[in-house]
Order: sequence, then C-alpha cells, then structure tokens
Amino acid sequence: MFLINCPYCGERDQQEFKAGGEAHIERPKQPTELSDDEWAEFLFMRKNIKGVQFERWNHAHGCRKWFNMVRDTSNDEIKAIYKMGEKPPTQ
Amino acid sequence: MIKNLRVKSSEYIDETNRISFKFNGKTYHGFKGDTLASALLANDVHLVGRSFKYHRPRGIMTSGSEEPNAIVQINPGTNRTEPNVRATEVEIYEGLEASSQNCWPSVEFDIGGINNFLSPFFPAGFYYKTFMWPASFWEKYEFFIRHSAGLGKSPTSSDPDIYDHRNIHCDVLVVGAGISGILAAKNAAKNNFKTLLVDEKNELGGSTIYENNEFNKIDNKTPSEWLKKEIEELKNIKNLEIKTRTSVAAYHQYNYLLARENLTDHLEAKDKTNKIRQRLLKIRAKKVILATGALERPLIFNNNDRPGIMLSSAVKKYSEFYGVACGNKNVFFTNNDSAYESALSLYNKGINVDAIIDIREQSESKIVKKIKEIGIKIYWSHSIVDTAGYKRLNSVSIMKLSNDGTSVTGSKISISCDCLGIAGGWTPAVHLYTQSGSKLKFDEEKQIFLPNQNTSEQISVGSCGGDFKIDEIIKNLNHKLKDNLNIKETDLDNIKVEIDQENSKRNIWLLPSDKPLGKTKPFVDYQNDATAKDIKLALREGFRSIEHVKRYTTTGMGTDQGKLGNMHALGIIADTAGVKMGELGTTTFRPPYTPLTFGTIVGRNVGKFFDIFRRTPINDWHVENKAEFENVGQWKRAWYYPINGETMHQAVQRESKAARESAGILDASTLGKIDIQGSDASEFLNRVYTNAWSKLAVGKCRYGLMLNEDGMVYDDGVTTRLGENHYIMTTTTGGAANVLGKLEDYLQTEWPELDVYLTSVTDHYATASLCGPNSKKILKKIIPDLDLSDENFPHMSFKDAHIGNIQCRIMRISFTGEHSYEINVQASYGKDLWEKCIEAGQEFNITPYGTETMHLLRAEKGFIIVGQDTDGTMTPIDLQMDWIVSKKKYDFIGKRSLYRSDTMREDRKQLVGLLTDDPNIVLEEGAQIVSELNQSPVEMLGHVTSSYFSPNLKKSIALAVVRGGKDMMGKKLFVPMENKNINVTIANPVFYDEKNERLNA
Ligand SMILES: [Zn+2]
Repeated sequence: MFLINCPYCGERDQQEFKAGGEAHIERPKQPTELSDDEWAEFLFMRKNIKGVQFERWNHAHGCRKWFNMVRDTSNDEIKAIYKMGEKPPTQ
Repeated sequence: MIKNLRVKSSEYIDETNRISFKFNGKTYHGFKGDTLASALLANDVHLVGRSFKYHRPRGIMTSGSEEPNAIVQINPGTNRTEPNVRATEVEIYEGLEASSQNCWPSVEFDIGGINNFLSPFFPAGFYYKTFMWPASFWEKYEFFIRHSAGLGKSPTSSDPDIYDHRNIHCDVLVVGAGISGILAAKNAAKNNFKTLLVDEKNELGGSTIYENNEFNKIDNKTPSEWLKKEIEELKNIKNLEIKTRTSVAAYHQYNYLLARENLTDHLEAKDKTNKIRQRLLKIRAKKVILATGALERPLIFNNNDRPGIMLSSAVKKYSEFYGVACGNKNVFFTNNDSAYESALSLYNKGINVDAIIDIREQSESKIVKKIKEIGIKIYWSHSIVDTAGYKRLNSVSIMKLSNDGTSVTGSKISISCDCLGIAGGWTPAVHLYTQSGSKLKFDEEKQIFLPNQNTSEQISVGSCGGDFKIDEIIKNLNHKLKDNLNIKETDLDNIKVEIDQENSKRNIWLLPSDKPLGKTKPFVDYQNDATAKDIKLALREGFRSIEHVKRYTTTGMGTDQGKLGNMHALGIIADTAGVKMGELGTTTFRPPYTPLTFGTIVGRNVGKFFDIFRRTPINDWHVENKAEFENVGQWKRAWYYPINGETMHQAVQRESKAARESAGILDASTLGKIDIQGSDASEFLNRVYTNAWSKLAVGKCRYGLMLNEDGMVYDDGVTTRLGENHYIMTTTTGGAANVLGKLEDYLQTEWPELDVYLTSVTDHYATASLCGPNSKKILKKIIPDLDLSDENFPHMSFKDAHIGNIQCRIMRISFTGEHSYEINVQASYGKDLWEKCIEAGQEFNITPYGTETMHLLRAEKGFIIVGQDTDGTMTPIDLQMDWIVSKKKYDFIGKRSLYRSDTMREDRKQLVGLLTDDPNIVLEEGAQIVSELNQSPVEMLGHVTSSYFSPNLKKSIALAVVRGGKDMMGKKLFVPMENKNINVTIANPVFYDEKNERLNA
C-alpha cells in the first residue's frame, strides 16, 4: 500500500485515495468542432504505460482534493506529486 | 507401548507440566513448551500425513514454518477446527486434538496410496493432459478428483473467536529475532528509534539460542549463553516493543507490512474464550530490518521423502531445544559442515549417530576432526542412491560418487537407520525481501540468491543477507546498522568472536542413482509431489520460463510455496537447459509468507460490522410499525408495511391504491442532497445537466438528467433554486456519493474558474414525501398559514415554511404522478414531522408506503429509475426523453457523445412500455424479448427492466428496452420463459394519467 503525500494534508495511506487515471487529458473546449475520431481519442484512448506515468489522484476520504502524481508503474515509485493546474515536473 | 524418545531435559521444556493431546484419535503426552511435532517425535511418531498426488506416507521434515509435509487438521469436527496447520508450529495444550489430512480411511491405510504404484501414469501435466478429453466427461473426472483430493476440512459452524486489527507506526521494524535481529533491534532502540521486533516463534533467539557448539565462542561464551544475556538486557530498553508468535505475512511497497500476532492458539479451550485470538498488525515502518534467517536445503535423491528423513538442522533443534531424539539409529547425509554440527549436538546429548555420508571428497575443519575422533563413520564422496521403509525409514543404500558427480560407481552399501538428517546447505529467506519489490542477484560462489537492489528503506542482515558465520554476521551487521541508521557507535564494536566454521560445500542439485531417472523418485516439492523427473519432462516438452515450469509441474505451488525445494527446481532446470542460474531468475514469492486465517483478515468486520449501514431519522417509526426493509446501497429502506399477515404483493397493492385514492407517505430521506452555492452555480448546472438552468426562477424546481461524458445516463433528480446563487440538488439514493465525486472532479480539474462550492447535506435533512389527492388537505392541517393554492404554490416550486418552531423546506414535486409535497426538516426533527403527518392524515386514511410501492407508482407513470431501467448503455434519446436534452446549449457533459455515429443508430435498444396480452401475467424483470418463436438461434431484441401488477389499472405493466423499440408501437412480441411463451405488445411507457391531470387534482 502506497504512502501518498497529499499536497494539502501530508502523508496518508493509499486507502484514503482514489486513482483517477491518466493526467493532463484536457476536456476539449469546443467538442462540437471535433470529428468522431477526435472525440473518441479524448473519450476512450489512454496510454497505460509501463514506466513513468502521469496520473490523477483524489484524496477521496480526506480533503477530497484532486492532484497529480508521477508514478513509475513498473515499481510503483512515486516520483512527484503536484497540485492541479501546476506544471508537471520535467525529468 | 509408546516409546519415549525424550532423552535429556531442556530448559525450554517444562517437564513438571505434562500435557495430554490426541493425534488421529490416540492419546499421547508431551510437555509445556512442545510443539505438536516435537511431542509426536518424542512418542516416536514420524508418519503424520500422506502426500497430495501419490498419497505417499510422509513425516515431519522440519522444525518451523517451512514444513511441507506435517500439515494437520487442528481440533477436527469443532467450530475452532483449522486445516493445513503445520505441526511444527502448533504449541501443544491440554485437550488439543489433531488429525492427518489427505488420507482416507486413515493415515496408516490410505486407499489413495495406490496412486503411488500407478505413478508412471501420473507425470507432470497429467491433469491437463488427461482430463481435457472428451470435454463432456469433465464432470465425472471432477467428482473423482475432488473426492480423492483433500487439503483439510473447513469448519461448518461459525467461528467463536474474536479477531482484531491494529495500526502500528514505527521508526524501525525488525523482522526475526535471531542473533542479528536481536542485536539490530537493541541498537536501533538504544539510539532512540521507536523499534518493533517481531518473531514467529514463541521464544526469542532463533537458532543461535541453542547453539552450544564448543568451537564457536562470543566473548568467550558459547553463542547460546551469550545471546541469553543479550535477550535479558532487551527488557530494560525503552523504545522497544517485542512481539513473539508474530509472523509477517506480507511486505508491500513503502514499508507497509502485515503481520499476524497469535494470542490464544497455544492456550487451552477454557482460556481462549472472550479473548482476541489473532491480531492483524498493519505496520508502516520508516525503516525495515529483515533478519529472517535462512532455510536449510534438502538434498534431492531417490526416495528422499520417507518418514524419518528430516532436515539436519531440524534433527539438531529437536535434540537441543526440545530434548527429543528423532531416531534410535541416526545417520546424516550432507554436502557441507552443518550435518557435523548436528551430529555433535546429538552425540553430546547421548543420542546415537551411526554414520555421516558426505558427497564432498573431504573437509579438514575442527568439527569434522572432532567427529572423526568420536568415531562416527564418515563416507566421503558417497551418495544415497535409494532408501527403504514404507511408513518409516529403515535403511539407506549408498554408492561411491563419480568425480564429476553425475553418476555412482562401485558396490552398494546398505546402512540401517530410522532417522536420516539431510543437509544441502542454506538458502537465505528472501521471501519478504522480494515481496517488497526489491531485486535479487545470484551469487555463483555461494549458489544462493542474495538481496541486491532495495526499493525501499530496508536492509537485510544475518543469514537472509548471505552471512552464515557468526563473525561475518556481526561484522556486516555492524556496518549496515551504522550506515542505515546513521549512528557512530554500536554495541557490536567490541564483540570478540572465535569461530571454526567452514563454508566448504559441494553443490549437486540432483544426486545420481544407479537407476535411470525414470525409475526413481527424487522429490523436489514434497507437498505437491513434484519430482526431478517431472521438471525434466516439462523442459523436454518445451517449457522454458521458470514460471511456466512451476505451473506445469506444480512445483512451489503448495501451501508452503515450495520453501524447501524451489532452489533445486531452478538448479535442475539450469543444469538441464545448460544455462546459468542467475539468468533464469526466480519464481515470485507472493504474500502471505505463511497462510492467514480468514478471521485475521476480516478482523472486527463481521456480523453487523461487515459493512456500514445507514438508517434514516424516521427509521424507528418504520420498525415500530413492522416495516420490512430492503438494502439500497448502504441504506436500510422501508420496503413495505404488511398488516394483518399480508404478503408483500397484498401490502404493495393496498399501499399503491391508497396513495392514488387518498394519501400516501414515503420516507425519502435517503435521496442524495448536494448544496450548491456560488456566483457560477447556474452556469455549473448548465454544464452538468442536459437541460437549461439559467432561466429557472428562484423558488422553482426542475428535473435534471446527468450524463457521463460518453453520453450515457448517469443520474437524475430534482434541483431547486433556493436563491440567486444557491441551489439544492437531489440525486438517486445509490448515486449520491459518486455524483458528488464526479461534480467535484469537474469543478477542480476542468472548470477551476467557476465560483461554485459543493457540500453533501444528505444526512442533514429528513424528507417525508406526502402524495395523493388529499395531500394538500393534510399539509394544510399541519401548516395552516401557508397558502397552498396552485397560484401561490404551483407544481415544481418550493416554499420555506414553519411547522411550529421547526423550519422546513417544502417542494411541490412528484415521483408518483399524484399531487404531492416533499417536506424537508433538519434530520433530528424527522420522526416528529413524520408523526405529525400521520396524525393529520388519520381522517384521510394516510398510508405509509415503502420503496416497492414507490417503484410501482412511478412505473405506472413511465418514470425511469436510473440503474434499473438504465444500465450505463442508455442515452436520453434511447429513453425517449429527447425533451430534456437542450439543443440550444453549446455544451454539457456528454453532449458531443450523443452525436457519435454509434449513439445515433436507429436500432439501439430503446425504452418502451410492454403489456401482456393476458393482463394477469406479470413478467419477470430481466426476461428476454424475441420476435420469433420457431427460429434457432433467435435474436434477443431486449429485456424487461421493470414489471408490476398495477392495482390502479388492474393489469400487468412493464418497462423494457427493445432494439428499435421506438418505432414498434403496437407490435406483438414474445417473452419465452421456461414453461411457457408469453405474448406481449409494445405500448406507450406512460400507462397512467398520460395528460398529468392528477398533479393538480
Ligand atoms: Zn488531502
């Protein structure tokens, strides 16, 4: 079980959190302008990387805040955590 | 006459405390301090079980948790019975009963033993190959397999014991209390680290605590004496918590470990009651020090599994620690010096040792010389080629080993013996280490896997880190502690160690016999009866990956996870395939290290604590009035209120009629309620619901439908505008938490610019829903000064009001199609409000109704229930609710998806009404709908989603989803059931009061 450093509350057990999938997939501002394929790309396609992945997490049983996490999915190392709206760290 | 093999008193055995216990129905005696295994051995009982596949007689092999053979059923036939318990870990107590597993009718005469003689027909993959064909025979095979297989019996009555969970946070967790663990814990605690030391045994000290070998000295004392003094000192150290009988089961990422603390398993039945039996410790440690020791390896030779064949280290422990001789005529078979230490230990206790067979050419260590002096016969460069004795070993045959170790030569010598100690070297216990995600590397010289790349704050010390000699252990432990804990001085700086231990070893994974491999039985995995032959067969058949070989041969797949034989399996694969051990990798060790009981896993979460349940503030009234309840998510909701012995059907018919004819009342407190405030609240609702919200006036209510981004219906409910920037949203009962989560997600991540605040207020309000033609009169009685005229308080509007001093919010909204009011008060006044309504409604025969009637009434009106009539594949268009989808709004959640080619298909399943031709037949919910009866296969057009007998329409009604159903009005279809085909006709889903005239009645 991970130990996750919520940017608002500090270190907490993973069981307080909910994973929210890949991060930095912005909802299109003008959905009607998109083709079916472009909309499907936003709606369904996710990378599911083995390795360093940018993810959304929610402190569901805590402050309820969403934040981003950089995690290596091959060994579950959490490399960085940053707030929504903040720039992802460069590696 | 039972023989007594208790040879010498031991300080760990209390001979004044004699204990009687039963094994396989026979009474035996042991002493306080014995394990079931040591007590049985003292009674000269070796045969304790049968193997899994061949049902071969098997005995006690080890003295610890790695035991593959001696697994027993504890207290059979009682509610405390437990299968698959290792006899080597059970501490005996007065009244303990145990029995063998996997044998029928008895361990002495087991019918399955015939499999042993049929074994040429049971090669690796036998089950896969044989029972596949013909497929239709599987049921017959399964019966046979299940009948003859047996890994114990689960209890048939509920567990009387209490279990517990505890969270522990510590600076340093030390796993294993052998010499390294004790020294590590002591030094960590002394340096102000909050330290927890755990060990699976009931005594501290590991194997060093009975190490009385005269050739090894620490500060001029024997290791045993020296360590006892250290343990004594632990008592006075602050910051140190010690837990014995505590086995670490799992080591997860970020130093999160699960351990099972055993509190009452060693106590008599009368002392177990009302105590916590086992406690699951959930440990989060800043640093973990693994001191899990090493497991002795067996040697793999023909018939190496007979009762009486044991690990050399176990023979030593039974003699030194328990004072038990494992045999009258003892022989050792070894590839290193360990067996000599065991032999010397037995000799010092006065136990007879006849011979040592050593596959090495020679060894010149002091201990070997000592054994020679004593006069024990040593056979150098010899190997055992066979053993004899069915239920107990009676002799071994040895032959000279060739120089390259691949064959045997010369004549066969037979040595009679009843106990054989085998010593194949040591394997570091790296199971927990690898569970943590850390990686191993293979040490070619020592032929062991060692910790290499740590993924968390951890160190492996002592023999689990590859140090086997006491001087190396202490030296390396000292370095690692200083490094890892960042301390300058330790107690270890000045320890003087004199030792005479040699690492000389000759490693042969599979020892040769005079017979070809096909004719021998060299067991690699004792519990699963996998032999070296099986492993070679798997390789011949093309398996290369160690994980595949493991599954095909079942090597390492038993309850012991192959703790003894996994290394040999790897070695045999490497030798056969001609690759290096290090290149093969290892199999994955998975939690738990030793099995956990279900009780420990669930802890206190049993019975009424199994799941959280929620009750409304009006619940007591429902209970007093004999309501039946149903679970809706975590809520307990009143389902129906039977009177005078009514059936559910009768009660629901009565309630439904009353609600339409006069007045009904429903506890609607469970509906999710979200308070929405902020200057962008209207814009927010515009974005989350399919319809428009900007023009909703203050004081008005509106029904909304919420979609997922994929266009499918997600939730629905009525939202009321309480003020300019203030709304209250209701959600479905089951969806409340998810809706709030979803809305928060959009607010925080997609639309952070919106000034909106969401608060869940579901539990803050109690809601009574008053409906029926007389509801207005009842409300008038309760709140006389509120103007209830349609002009002042029309349908879909809201009023703040007072009932006496109690503030309430009243919404005139309807889920039944009747004139109705939802009255919301602060939760604590809920029951009072309800009782006032009931009292005021007396003269109108006000009838409380439950969720079943609510479902029926809304179905008469064709109102959907999200989750019943929808299943995550229904768009609003599919539901024929086009009217609620705004065409004007530029965007809302899910809008774009409504224009995808797939969601626009005409032949999607669409919601329709369904009437049975015979009005008395009520369809089953979930029943399939077809258009043809005489066709096979026939296309399934859809299914029934809601179905009731309507007392108000006096006929059966149903809602269904049907492919292209929108354009099939009046079409005749069929619902084929097991015994009959039901004729149905597609109809308008609004069955009752299509013009909504009753809303204003
Ligand atoms: Zn938080």
